[in-house]
Amino acid sequence: MSDSLAMIDRSLRLSVRNVDALITSLALPVLMMLIFVFLFGGAVNTGGGGAYVQYVVPGVLVLCAGFGAGNTAIRVTQDMTGGIIDRFRSLDVSPTAILVGHVTASLARNLAASALVFGVATAIGFRSQATFPGLLAAAAVLLAFILAISWVGAAVGLLAKSPEAASGFTFFIAFLPYPSSGFVPVQTMPSWIHGFAENQPITPVIEALRGLLLDQPVGAAPWLALAWCAGIVAVGMTASATMFRRRTS
Amino acid sequence: MDHDEDEWAVQAHGLGKSYGAVRVLDGLDLAVRRGSVFALLGPNGAGKTTTVRILATLLAPDAGRARVAGHDVVGERSRVRRAISLTGQFAALDEELTGSENLRMMARLWGLPRAGARGRAVELLARFGLAEAAGRRVSTYSGGMRRRLDLAASLVGEPSVIFLDEPTTGLDPRSRQEVWDIVTELAGSGVTVFLTTQYLEEADRLAGQIAVIDGGRLVAEGTAAQLKQRVAGERLDLTLAGPEAYERVAALLEPRIVRRDPGRLLIGVSTTGTAQDVRDLLDGVDPSRRLVDRFAVHTASLDDVFMTLTGHNAKEPSHV
Repeated sequence: MSDSLAMIDRSLRLSVRNVDALITSLALPVLMMLIFVFLFGGAVNTGGGGAYVQYVVPGVLVLCAGFGAGNTAIRVTQDMTGGIIDRFRSLDVSPTAILVGHVTASLARNLAASALVFGVATAIGFRSQATFPGLLAAAAVLLAFILAISWVGAAVGLLAKSPEAASGFTFFIAFLPYPSSGFVPVQTMPSWIHGFAENQPITPVIEALRGLLLDQPVGAAPWLALAWCAGIVAVGMTASATMFRRRTS
Repeated sequence: MDHDEDEWAVQAHGLGKSYGAVRVLDGLDLAVRRGSVFALLGPNGAGKTTTVRILATLLAPDAGRARVAGHDVVGERSRVRRAISLTGQFAALDEELTGSENLRMMARLWGLPRAGARGRAVELLARFGLAEAAGRRVSTYSGGMRRRLDLAASLVGEPSVIFLDEPTTGLDPRSRQEVWDIVTELAGSGVTVFLTTQYLEEADRLAGQIAVIDGGRLVAEGTAAQLKQRVAGERLDLTLAGPEAYERVAALLEPRIVRRDPGRLLIGVSTTGTAQDVRDLLDGVDPSRRLVDRFAVHTASLDDVFMTLTGHNAKEPSHV
């Protein structure tokens, strides 16, 4: 437990010190949102009649979490390929503590980025209609998704042989929100992709966030999103444990 | 058994490790007396790092057993880890954190509370001459400062056995001297130091007991003085006048040859390096003063040591 606290302390300090990465992880999602709203938004008919910024915020939040997880993957790989992992192991620090440090810092970085996205979104016309419980529920879904994708990032970081390979993960993760209802309605996509777009984990997360933020009926989406996230966390943690063992034997 | 554990900091029997078809360690036996400085000497790829990683519990051996600080490295891993520290070839530090932050983090990971960790960090920074650089990021440190901080970090838990894997590789002469001073000081404080090195001189300067390994096997073991009797301190290179001269001198000097290069008509033999020895040698092989063109005296390199040691072994009848 105290090891985990020390590792969280370390990862947070490193996050703040690494100014370039910090600025990129904060500025990129905001920039993406501005591009979507001002460059593409005018051409997109989301079917609801509202402003595009109302539609796109959940997609940007998910994209933002993806970038954050890519960052986490790179940091984990850097630890595993540098000399420091040997020192941690010879100090008998558990793999869990090391990864909890990274995932917690990832969570903190992502929440900061999400807050920034919200702030800028509000400045350019986004208006949340959420009730207070709805807002809490949206926060819970977002938190669960960030946690899930951060664990996936940790697992990828353990799998990658070099930080460059780990950064490739960012690309993959950054594309996953596009074939979902994040930026345009699924109905406007070719029919062969509907099956994937409607059933991939990001879609219920986005549907839940959008519904809760705009106070629209959400159906089972929040529960489906939480179930997906719980499953992904479980898989991510198990894969991380296995990979850590394999890598250090 | 109790007596053994009092006496030995490291005992290894028949350590083996393979990666696929490559046998990195092939039945290595080692014994290191408590409170001594022990050097594992060998060229790149001899198995030094693998040995250290096994003894420091970071790697499980395929064969053999080892006890470190009285505990089995496989079965009692946590107990071994509480008693040792490892400083690897690459600095185990966070570049973006300050020297003080690095040490505080390590101290907390070792189990000290926050305040205790701060105190330990201050004490170690002062001891390693880093007090002034304590608040600076490690990325601004020189190579020597980094190495000192790395060594300081390895001492947060007051280990009784310290493993140093090539502690001076890549350092400038002054930083190397600093590391040597630190090792000497550590040895004086009663801890056991187990270091690996490629440099004969380093092993000579620091270690009471030296084990030479090559190809994952023990090639020779002893004090520096004992090894020096088997391995020349200096090498005399003779360049011969022609192929015929080469053959004649080679035959004459056979037992002392540590190096042969027929293409360049060059023969290297061990020598003490004194004028007397060189003169006697030249007079002995070339009284007519026509066979030897040139000569040069070099400090024996690790290559020479290995040629002598492995060459010697090769001549022994193989056990069938």
